[in-house]
Amino acid sequence: MRVNLTVNGRATAADDVWEGESLLYVLRERLGLPGAKNACEQGECGSCTVYLDGTPVCACLVAAGQAEGREVVTVEGLSRGGAPPSGAGSAYGDGPAPAGVSGGSRTADDSGEGLHEVQQAFLDAGAVQCGFCTPGLVVQAHALLAEVDGVPADADIREALAGNLCRCTGYEKILDAVRLAAARLRPPP
Amino acid sequence: MDFLRPRTWAEALDLKAGRPEATPIQGGTDVMVEINLDKGRPAALLDLTPIPGLREWSREGDVVRLGAGVTYARLIGELGTRLPGLAQASRTVGSPQIRNRGTVAGNLGAASPAGDSHPPLLACGAVVEAESVRGARLIPIGEFYTGVKRNALAPDELIRAVRVPVARGPQYFSKIGTRNAMVIAVCSFSIALHAAERRVGTGVGSAAPTPRRAVAAEEFAAARLDWQGRSPLDPEVARRFGELVAGAAAPIDDVRGRAAYRTHALAVLARRALGWAWADFRADSGADSGADGDRGSA
Repeated sequence: MRVNLTVNGRATAADDVWEGESLLYVLRERLGLPGAKNACEQGECGSCTVYLDGTPVCACLVAAGQAEGREVVTVEGLSRGGAPPSGAGSAYGDGPAPAGVSGGSRTADDSGEGLHEVQQAFLDAGAVQCGFCTPGLVVQAHALLAEVDGVPADADIREALAGNLCRCTGYEKILDAVRLAAARLRPPP
Repeated sequence: MDFLRPRTWAEALDLKAGRPEATPIQGGTDVMVEINLDKGRPAALLDLTPIPGLREWSREGDVVRLGAGVTYARLIGELGTRLPGLAQASRTVGSPQIRNRGTVAGNLGAASPAGDSHPPLLACGAVVEAESVRGARLIPIGEFYTGVKRNALAPDELIRAVRVPVARGPQYFSKIGTRNAMVIAVCSFSIALHAAERRVGTGVGSAAPTPRRAVAAEEFAAARLDWQGRSPLDPEVARRFGELVAGAAAPIDDVRGRAAYRTHALAVLARRALGWAWADFRADSGADSGADGDRGSA
Protein backbone atom coordinates (compact mmCIF):
# COMPACT_ATOMS: atom_id res chain seq x y z
CA MET A 1 0.00 0.00 0.00
CA ARG A 2 0.98 3.65 -0.30
CA VAL A 3 1.32 5.80 2.82
CA ASN A 4 1.22 9.59 2.53
CA LEU A 5 2.69 11.55 5.40
CA THR A 6 4.64 14.68 6.24
CA VAL A 7 8.16 14.04 7.48
CA ASN A 8 10.31 16.86 8.84
CA GLY A 9 8.07 19.40 7.19
CA ARG A 10 7.99 17.80 3.76
CA ALA A 11 5.02 15.98 2.30
CA THR A 12 6.14 12.58 1.14
CA ALA A 13 4.84 9.15 0.20
CA ALA A 14 6.12 5.65 0.76
CA ASP A 15 5.19 2.95 -1.72
CA ASP A 16 4.97 -0.83 -1.50
CA VAL A 17 4.50 -0.62 2.25
CA TRP A 18 3.57 -3.93 3.83
CA GLU A 19 0.37 -3.65 5.86
CA GLY A 20 2.03 -4.92 9.03
CA GLU A 21 5.07 -2.69 8.69
CA SER A 22 6.01 -0.14 11.33
CA LEU A 23 6.49 3.58 10.87
CA LEU A 24 10.10 2.98 11.93
CA TYR A 25 10.69 0.67 8.97
CA VAL A 26 9.12 3.19 6.60
CA LEU A 27 11.35 5.98 7.90
CA ARG A 28 14.57 4.00 7.83
CA GLU A 29 14.19 1.68 4.86
CA ARG A 30 11.85 3.52 2.53
CA LEU A 31 12.47 7.20 3.22
CA GLY A 32 16.21 7.06 3.92
CA LEU A 33 16.05 8.50 7.41
CA PRO A 34 18.24 6.25 9.58
CA GLY A 35 18.29 8.58 12.60
CA ALA A 36 15.60 6.74 14.53
CA LYS A 37 17.22 3.44 15.51
CA ASN A 38 15.80 -0.05 15.39
CA ALA A 39 16.78 -1.89 18.54
CA CYS A 40 14.12 -3.76 20.51
CA GLU A 41 11.07 -3.44 18.23
CA GLN A 42 8.82 -3.69 21.27
CA GLY A 43 8.73 -0.21 22.73
CA GLU A 44 11.15 -1.04 25.54
CA CYS A 45 14.22 0.94 24.53
CA GLY A 46 13.02 4.26 23.11
CA SER A 47 15.76 4.30 20.43
CA CYS A 48 13.16 4.88 17.71
CA THR A 49 11.44 7.84 19.40
CA VAL A 50 10.00 10.34 16.92
CA TYR A 51 7.31 12.99 17.07
CA LEU A 52 3.93 11.94 15.67
CA ASP A 53 1.69 15.00 15.39
CA GLY A 54 3.87 16.70 18.00
CA THR A 55 3.83 13.83 20.52
CA PRO A 56 6.88 11.63 21.13
CA VAL A 57 6.15 7.97 20.39
CA CYS A 58 8.02 4.78 19.64
CA ALA A 59 8.00 4.59 15.83
CA CYS A 60 8.31 0.79 16.03
CA LEU A 61 4.85 0.58 17.61
CA VAL A 62 3.07 2.79 15.08
CA ALA A 63 1.68 0.79 12.18
CA ALA A 64 2.78 2.46 8.95
CA GLY A 65 -0.83 2.93 7.86
CA GLN A 66 -1.56 4.79 11.09
CA ALA A 67 0.83 7.54 9.94
CA GLU A 68 -1.33 8.25 6.89
CA GLY A 69 -1.92 11.98 6.66
CA ARG A 70 0.00 12.69 9.82
CA GLU A 71 3.07 14.71 10.65
CA VAL A 72 6.29 13.03 11.71
CA VAL A 73 9.46 14.74 12.94
CA THR A 74 12.57 12.64 13.36
CA VAL A 75 15.88 13.49 14.99
CA GLU A 76 17.07 14.65 11.56
CA GLY A 77 14.37 17.31 11.65
CA LEU A 78 15.52 18.86 14.93
CA SER A 79 18.71 20.46 13.64
CA ARG A 80 18.75 23.96 12.20
CA GLY A 81 16.90 23.92 8.93
CA GLY A 82 14.93 20.89 9.92
CA ALA A 83 11.32 21.63 10.65
CA PRO A 84 10.48 21.98 14.33
CA PRO A 85 7.78 19.62 15.55
CA SER A 86 4.35 21.09 15.66
CA GLY A 87 3.37 22.19 19.11
CA ALA A 88 6.94 22.01 20.35
CA GLY A 89 8.88 24.20 17.97
CA SER A 90 7.78 27.60 19.14
CA ALA A 91 9.79 27.34 22.32
CA TYR A 92 12.96 27.16 20.28
CA GLY A 93 12.51 30.11 18.00
CA ASP A 94 14.56 28.63 15.19
CA GLY A 95 12.58 30.29 12.44
CA PRO A 96 11.51 28.71 9.21
CA ALA A 97 13.62 26.25 7.30
CA PRO A 98 16.02 27.93 4.85
CA ALA A 99 15.10 27.63 1.21
CA GLY A 100 16.51 24.60 -0.49
CA VAL A 101 16.85 22.55 2.65
CA SER A 102 14.49 19.62 2.65
CA GLY A 103 13.45 18.04 5.89
CA GLY A 104 14.43 14.63 4.66
CA SER A 105 18.13 15.27 4.31
CA ARG A 106 20.82 15.82 6.87
CA THR A 107 21.24 19.45 7.60
CA ALA A 108 24.05 19.33 10.10
CA ASP A 109 27.58 18.72 8.91
CA ASP A 110 30.28 16.93 10.86
CA SER A 111 31.46 20.14 12.48
CA GLY A 112 28.27 20.15 14.48
CA GLU A 113 27.15 23.40 12.90
CA GLY A 114 23.40 23.65 12.77
CA LEU A 115 22.79 21.19 15.56
CA HIS A 116 19.95 21.85 17.93
CA GLU A 117 20.92 22.85 21.48
CA VAL A 118 19.89 19.42 22.74
CA GLN A 119 22.09 17.69 20.17
CA GLN A 120 25.05 19.98 20.86
CA ALA A 121 24.65 19.47 24.60
CA PHE A 122 24.84 15.69 24.17
CA LEU A 123 28.16 16.14 22.35
CA ASP A 124 29.54 18.67 24.82
CA ALA A 125 28.55 16.66 27.88
CA GLY A 126 29.99 13.43 26.53
CA ALA A 127 26.57 11.85 26.66
CA VAL A 128 27.29 9.83 23.54
CA GLN A 129 29.31 6.66 23.41
CA CYS A 130 28.20 4.09 20.86
CA GLY A 131 25.44 6.50 19.86
CA PHE A 132 22.70 3.99 19.27
CA CYS A 133 20.37 5.31 21.94
CA THR A 134 21.24 8.94 21.27
CA PRO A 135 18.64 9.88 18.63
CA GLY A 136 15.79 8.61 20.77
CA LEU A 137 17.14 10.36 23.84
CA VAL A 138 17.60 13.59 21.91
CA VAL A 139 13.99 13.57 20.69
CA GLN A 140 12.62 12.68 24.13
CA ALA A 141 14.80 15.32 25.84
CA HIS A 142 13.71 17.83 23.19
CA ALA A 143 10.08 17.06 24.05
CA LEU A 144 10.74 17.47 27.78
CA LEU A 145 12.44 20.83 27.32
CA ALA A 146 9.61 22.07 25.12
CA GLU A 147 7.25 21.49 28.03
CA VAL A 148 9.09 22.82 31.06
CA ASP A 149 10.24 26.25 32.06
CA GLY A 150 13.85 26.54 33.09
CA VAL A 151 15.99 23.58 34.06
CA PRO A 152 13.85 20.57 34.92
CA ALA A 153 14.35 18.81 38.23
CA ASP A 154 16.39 15.61 38.11
CA ALA A 155 13.33 13.57 39.00
CA ASP A 156 11.47 15.03 36.04
CA ILE A 157 14.37 14.31 33.67
CA ARG A 158 14.58 10.74 34.91
CA GLU A 159 10.85 10.29 34.52
CA ALA A 160 10.85 11.76 31.01
CA LEU A 161 13.74 9.52 29.93
CA ALA A 162 12.53 6.38 31.71
CA GLY A 163 11.64 4.74 28.42
CA ASN A 164 15.03 5.32 26.78
CA LEU A 165 17.71 2.74 27.49
CA CYS A 166 21.46 3.38 27.22
CA ARG A 167 23.87 0.50 27.74
CA CYS A 168 27.19 2.38 27.38
CA THR A 169 27.63 5.58 29.28
CA GLY A 170 25.29 5.16 32.15
CA TYR A 171 22.87 7.98 32.60
CA GLU A 172 24.77 10.64 34.50
CA LYS A 173 26.21 12.32 31.43
CA ILE A 174 22.87 12.11 29.72
CA LEU A 175 21.32 13.97 32.66
CA ASP A 176 24.19 16.48 32.41
CA ALA A 177 23.38 16.98 28.74
CA VAL A 178 19.72 17.67 29.41
CA ARG A 179 20.56 20.17 32.16
CA LEU A 180 23.12 21.83 29.87
CA ALA A 181 20.65 22.09 27.01
CA ALA A 182 18.00 23.50 29.32
CA ALA A 183 20.38 26.16 30.61
CA ARG A 184 21.42 27.15 27.10
CA LEU A 185 17.85 27.29 25.84
CA ARG A 186 16.73 29.41 28.75
CA PRO A 187 19.60 31.31 30.28
CA PRO A 188 18.86 32.47 33.81
CA PRO A 189 17.51 36.07 33.84
CA MET B 1 -2.47 -8.81 5.55
CA ASP B 2 -5.00 -6.04 5.01
CA PHE B 3 -4.99 -2.62 6.58
CA LEU B 4 -8.53 -1.39 7.20
CA ARG B 5 -9.00 2.30 7.84
CA PRO B 6 -12.56 3.25 8.80
CA ARG B 7 -13.32 6.96 8.99
CA THR B 8 -16.41 6.61 11.17
CA TRP B 9 -17.53 4.36 14.00
CA ALA B 10 -20.36 2.94 11.83
CA GLU B 11 -17.82 2.06 9.15
CA ALA B 12 -15.60 0.38 11.75
CA LEU B 13 -18.52 -1.81 12.90
CA ASP B 14 -19.32 -2.74 9.29
CA LEU B 15 -15.71 -3.68 8.62
CA LYS B 16 -15.49 -5.74 11.82
CA ALA B 17 -18.73 -7.55 10.95
CA GLY B 18 -17.37 -8.41 7.52
CA ARG B 19 -13.92 -9.32 8.83
CA PRO B 20 -14.36 -10.64 12.39
CA GLU B 21 -10.80 -11.95 12.32
CA ALA B 22 -9.44 -8.40 11.93
CA THR B 23 -7.39 -7.19 14.90
CA PRO B 24 -8.36 -3.71 16.12
CA ILE B 25 -5.36 -1.43 16.62
CA GLN B 26 -5.32 1.76 18.65
CA GLY B 27 -1.95 2.72 20.20
CA GLY B 28 -0.29 -0.40 18.82
CA THR B 29 1.69 -0.99 22.00
CA ASP B 30 0.58 -4.63 22.14
CA VAL B 31 -0.45 -5.39 18.56
CA MET B 32 2.73 -4.12 16.91
CA VAL B 33 4.96 -6.04 19.33
CA GLU B 34 3.28 -9.26 18.21
CA ILE B 35 3.83 -8.41 14.56
CA ASN B 36 7.37 -7.05 14.93
CA LEU B 37 8.55 -10.10 16.85
CA ASP B 38 6.62 -12.44 14.56
CA LYS B 39 4.59 -13.88 17.43
CA GLY B 40 1.39 -13.47 15.50
CA ARG B 41 0.28 -12.32 12.09
CA PRO B 42 -3.24 -10.90 12.07
CA ALA B 43 -5.22 -11.41 8.88
CA ALA B 44 -6.06 -7.73 8.96
CA LEU B 45 -5.48 -4.65 11.09
CA LEU B 46 -8.48 -2.46 11.82
CA ASP B 47 -7.08 0.99 12.60
CA LEU B 48 -9.37 2.83 15.00
CA THR B 49 -7.18 5.93 15.38
CA PRO B 50 -8.84 7.94 12.57
CA ILE B 51 -12.22 7.91 14.36
CA PRO B 52 -12.37 11.24 16.20
CA GLY B 53 -15.20 10.43 18.61
CA LEU B 54 -13.17 7.70 20.26
CA ARG B 55 -10.64 10.20 21.58
CA GLU B 56 -13.21 11.94 23.77
CA TRP B 57 -14.25 11.46 27.36
CA SER B 58 -17.23 12.95 29.10
CA ARG B 59 -18.84 12.99 32.48
CA GLU B 60 -22.27 11.39 32.42
CA GLY B 61 -23.87 11.56 35.83
CA ASP B 62 -21.83 9.49 38.24
CA VAL B 63 -19.55 7.96 35.62
CA VAL B 64 -16.82 9.09 33.30
CA ARG B 65 -17.36 7.68 29.84
CA LEU B 66 -13.84 7.10 28.58
CA GLY B 67 -13.62 6.78 24.79
CA ALA B 68 -11.58 3.86 23.49
CA GLY B 69 -8.98 6.22 22.02
CA VAL B 70 -8.17 8.21 25.17
CA THR B 71 -4.50 7.62 25.93
CA TYR B 72 -2.99 6.96 29.34
CA ALA B 73 -1.18 10.29 29.11
CA ARG B 74 -4.46 12.16 28.73
CA LEU B 75 -6.14 10.13 31.44
CA ILE B 76 -3.32 11.09 33.82
CA GLY B 77 -3.44 14.73 32.80
CA GLU B 78 -7.19 15.22 32.65
CA LEU B 79 -8.82 12.67 34.98
CA GLY B 80 -6.47 12.25 37.94
CA THR B 81 -9.03 13.69 40.35
CA ARG B 82 -12.13 11.91 39.08
CA LEU B 83 -10.51 8.52 38.54
CA PRO B 84 -7.57 8.46 40.95
CA GLY B 85 -7.09 4.67 41.01
CA LEU B 86 -7.08 4.34 37.24
CA ALA B 87 -4.84 7.40 36.90
CA GLN B 88 -2.35 5.96 39.39
CA ALA B 89 -2.26 2.72 37.47
CA SER B 90 -1.85 4.64 34.21
CA ARG B 91 1.21 6.42 35.60
CA THR B 92 2.92 3.05 35.99
CA VAL B 93 2.28 1.94 32.40
CA GLY B 94 5.46 1.58 30.33
CA SER B 95 7.18 4.88 29.62
CA PRO B 96 6.10 8.35 28.47
CA GLN B 97 6.21 7.20 24.85
CA ILE B 98 3.99 4.20 25.64
CA ARG B 99 1.56 6.29 27.69
CA ASN B 100 1.33 8.71 24.75
CA ARG B 101 -0.10 5.88 22.64
CA GLY B 102 -1.59 3.18 24.86
CA THR B 103 -5.23 3.15 25.94
CA VAL B 104 -7.37 1.51 28.61
CA ALA B 105 -9.54 0.01 25.87
CA GLY B 106 -6.44 -1.54 24.34
CA ASN B 107 -5.56 -3.01 27.71
CA LEU B 108 -9.06 -4.52 27.82
CA GLY B 109 -8.83 -5.83 24.28
CA ALA B 110 -5.52 -7.55 25.03
CA ALA B 111 -6.89 -8.78 28.38
CA SER B 112 -3.48 -9.71 29.71
CA PRO B 113 -3.74 -10.74 33.36
CA ALA B 114 -0.87 -8.31 34.00
CA GLY B 115 -2.53 -5.25 32.42
CA ASP B 116 -2.28 -2.27 34.75
CA SER B 117 -5.79 -0.93 34.08
CA HIS B 118 -7.60 -4.02 35.24
CA PRO B 119 -7.25 -3.85 39.05
CA PRO B 120 -8.62 -0.30 39.36
CA LEU B 121 -11.40 -1.04 36.86
CA LEU B 122 -12.42 -4.01 39.01
CA ALA B 123 -12.09 -2.08 42.27
CA CYS B 124 -14.35 0.73 41.13
CA GLY B 125 -16.86 -1.37 39.19
CA ALA B 126 -16.34 -0.19 35.61
CA VAL B 127 -18.55 -1.23 32.70
CA VAL B 128 -17.31 -1.95 29.18
CA GLU B 129 -19.35 -0.54 26.32
CA ALA B 130 -19.15 -3.06 23.46
CA GLU B 131 -20.79 -2.61 20.10
CA SER B 132 -21.34 -4.45 16.83
CA VAL B 133 -23.65 -4.00 13.87
CA ARG B 134 -26.09 -6.07 15.96
CA GLY B 135 -26.22 -3.39 18.62
CA ALA B 136 -24.53 -2.12 21.76
CA ARG B 137 -24.27 -3.85 25.12
CA LEU B 138 -22.79 -3.10 28.52
CA ILE B 139 -20.46 -5.69 30.03
CA PRO B 140 -19.76 -5.37 33.78
CA ILE B 141 -16.01 -5.56 34.30
CA GLY B 142 -16.36 -8.62 36.52
CA GLU B 143 -17.76 -10.53 33.53
CA PHE B 144 -15.31 -9.19 30.98
CA TYR B 145 -12.19 -11.27 31.62
CA THR B 146 -12.76 -14.86 30.58
CA GLY B 147 -9.26 -16.37 30.47
CA VAL B 148 -5.60 -15.62 29.87
CA LYS B 149 -5.69 -12.91 27.18
CA ARG B 150 -9.35 -13.70 26.53
CA ASN B 151 -12.34 -11.48 27.03
CA ALA B 152 -16.12 -11.50 26.63
CA LEU B 153 -16.19 -9.64 23.30
CA ALA B 154 -17.93 -11.41 20.43
CA PRO B 155 -15.85 -11.68 17.24
CA ASP B 156 -17.78 -8.85 15.58
CA GLU B 157 -17.69 -6.53 18.59
CA LEU B 158 -15.48 -3.53 19.27
CA ILE B 159 -14.93 -1.63 22.51
CA ARG B 160 -16.35 1.84 22.11
CA ALA B 161 -15.84 3.20 25.62
CA VAL B 162 -15.35 2.27 29.24
CA ARG B 163 -17.70 3.67 31.86
CA VAL B 164 -15.79 4.29 35.05
CA PRO B 165 -17.63 5.46 38.18
CA VAL B 166 -16.34 8.73 39.56
CA ALA B 167 -14.47 8.12 42.81
CA ARG B 168 -16.59 8.51 45.95
CA GLY B 169 -13.74 7.80 48.28
CA PRO B 170 -10.00 7.15 48.35
CA GLN B 171 -8.50 4.85 45.72
CA TYR B 172 -5.02 3.38 45.41
CA PHE B 173 -3.06 1.25 42.98
CA SER B 174 0.13 -0.55 43.88
CA LYS B 175 2.41 -2.71 41.77
CA ILE B 176 5.51 -4.84 42.17
CA GLY B 177 8.26 -4.59 39.56
CA THR B 178 12.00 -4.37 39.19
CA ARG B 179 12.08 -0.63 38.54
CA ASN B 180 9.71 2.33 38.39
CA ALA B 181 9.27 2.28 34.62
CA MET B 182 8.86 -0.18 31.78
CA VAL B 183 7.63 -2.85 34.14
CA ILE B 184 5.11 -5.57 33.52
CA ALA B 185 3.57 -6.17 36.92
CA VAL B 186 4.89 -9.08 38.95
CA CYS B 187 1.64 -8.56 40.81
CA SER B 188 -0.58 -5.58 41.40
CA PHE B 189 -3.44 -4.50 43.59
CA SER B 190 -6.04 -1.75 43.62
CA ILE B 191 -8.45 -0.64 46.28
CA ALA B 192 -11.44 1.72 46.16
CA LEU B 193 -13.39 2.79 49.22
CA HIS B 194 -17.03 3.38 48.30
CA ALA B 195 -17.65 5.44 51.40
CA ALA B 196 -21.34 6.27 50.95
CA GLU B 197 -22.20 2.59 50.57
CA ARG B 198 -19.65 1.51 53.18
CA ARG B 199 -18.22 -0.89 50.66
CA VAL B 200 -14.66 -1.80 49.67
CA GLY B 201 -13.70 -2.62 46.09
CA THR B 202 -10.59 -4.57 45.14
CA GLY B 203 -8.76 -5.73 42.05
CA VAL B 204 -5.85 -8.18 41.86
CA GLY B 205 -3.56 -8.21 38.84
CA SER B 206 -0.93 -10.56 37.47
CA ALA B 207 -1.65 -13.22 40.06
CA ALA B 208 -4.31 -15.42 38.42
CA PRO B 209 -5.37 -16.42 34.88
CA THR B 210 -7.49 -13.27 34.78
CA PRO B 211 -7.59 -10.07 36.78
CA ARG B 212 -10.04 -10.67 39.61
CA ARG B 213 -11.64 -9.20 42.71
CA ALA B 214 -10.89 -10.45 46.20
CA VAL B 215 -14.51 -10.71 47.31
CA ALA B 216 -13.91 -12.25 50.74
CA ALA B 217 -11.43 -9.48 51.54
CA GLU B 218 -13.90 -6.82 50.39
CA GLU B 219 -16.67 -8.19 52.61
CA PHE B 220 -14.36 -8.62 55.57
CA ALA B 221 -13.08 -5.05 55.38
CA ALA B 222 -16.51 -3.56 54.77
CA ALA B 223 -17.78 -5.25 57.93
CA ARG B 224 -14.80 -4.46 60.13
CA LEU B 225 -13.94 -0.86 59.21
CA ASP B 226 -15.33 1.80 61.52
CA TRP B 227 -17.18 3.83 58.87
CA GLN B 228 -19.15 5.80 61.45
CA GLY B 229 -16.49 6.69 63.98
CA ARG B 230 -13.59 6.71 61.50
CA SER B 231 -11.31 5.29 64.17
CA PRO B 232 -7.76 4.29 63.19
CA LEU B 233 -7.30 1.09 61.25
CA ASP B 234 -6.86 -1.94 63.49
CA PRO B 235 -3.53 -3.50 62.40
CA GLU B 236 -5.07 -6.93 62.78
CA VAL B 237 -7.85 -6.00 60.33
CA ALA B 238 -5.26 -4.74 57.87
CA ARG B 239 -3.21 -7.91 58.22
CA ARG B 240 -6.22 -10.17 57.75
CA PHE B 241 -7.37 -8.10 54.76
CA GLY B 242 -3.97 -8.67 53.11
CA GLU B 243 -4.17 -12.36 53.86
CA LEU B 244 -7.63 -12.61 52.27
CA VAL B 245 -6.49 -10.71 49.18
CA ALA B 246 -3.54 -13.06 48.79
CA GLY B 247 -5.91 -15.97 49.26
CA ALA B 248 -8.01 -14.81 46.32
CA ALA B 249 -5.04 -15.11 43.97
CA ALA B 250 -4.00 -18.18 42.00
CA PRO B 251 -0.50 -17.24 40.90
CA ILE B 252 2.01 -19.22 38.89
CA ASP B 253 5.81 -19.32 38.74
CA ASP B 254 7.05 -17.51 35.65
CA VAL B 255 9.94 -15.38 34.42
CA ARG B 256 8.79 -12.38 36.41
CA GLY B 257 8.33 -14.04 39.77
CA ARG B 258 7.50 -17.12 41.76
CA ALA B 259 3.98 -17.93 42.89
CA ALA B 260 5.03 -17.88 46.54
CA TYR B 261 6.57 -14.44 46.16
CA ARG B 262 3.45 -13.12 44.42
CA THR B 263 1.24 -14.41 47.22
CA HIS B 264 3.45 -12.83 49.85
CA ALA B 265 3.77 -9.53 47.99
CA LEU B 266 0.03 -9.26 47.39
CA ALA B 267 -0.68 -9.53 51.09
CA VAL B 268 1.77 -6.69 51.73
CA LEU B 269 0.41 -4.51 48.90
CA ALA B 270 -3.16 -4.99 50.05
CA ARG B 271 -2.40 -4.32 53.69
CA ARG B 272 -0.57 -1.12 52.85
CA ALA B 273 -3.16 0.06 50.30
CA LEU B 274 -5.95 -0.35 52.83
CA GLY B 275 -3.88 1.67 55.30
CA TRP B 276 -3.35 4.52 52.83
CA ALA B 277 -6.99 4.56 51.76
CA TRP B 278 -8.29 4.47 55.31
CA ALA B 279 -5.96 7.26 56.39
CA ASP B 280 -7.31 9.38 53.53
CA PHE B 281 -10.88 8.53 54.46
CA ARG B 282 -10.26 9.55 58.06
CA ALA B 283 -8.76 12.82 56.81
CA ASP B 284 -11.95 13.13 54.74
CA SER B 285 -10.47 13.81 51.36
CA GLY B 286 -13.44 14.57 49.16
CA ALA B 287 -12.51 12.57 46.09
CA ASP B 288 -14.82 14.29 43.63
CA SER B 289 -13.54 17.81 43.83
CA GLY B 290 -14.58 18.48 40.26
CA ALA B 291 -11.12 19.65 39.26
CA ASP B 292 -11.11 17.61 36.07
CA GLY B 293 -13.89 19.38 34.19
CA ASP B 294 -16.68 17.56 32.40
CA ARG B 295 -15.31 16.56 29.02
CA GLY B 296 -12.18 16.31 26.96
CA SER B 297 -11.12 15.53 23.44
CA ALA B 298 -7.99 15.43 21.34
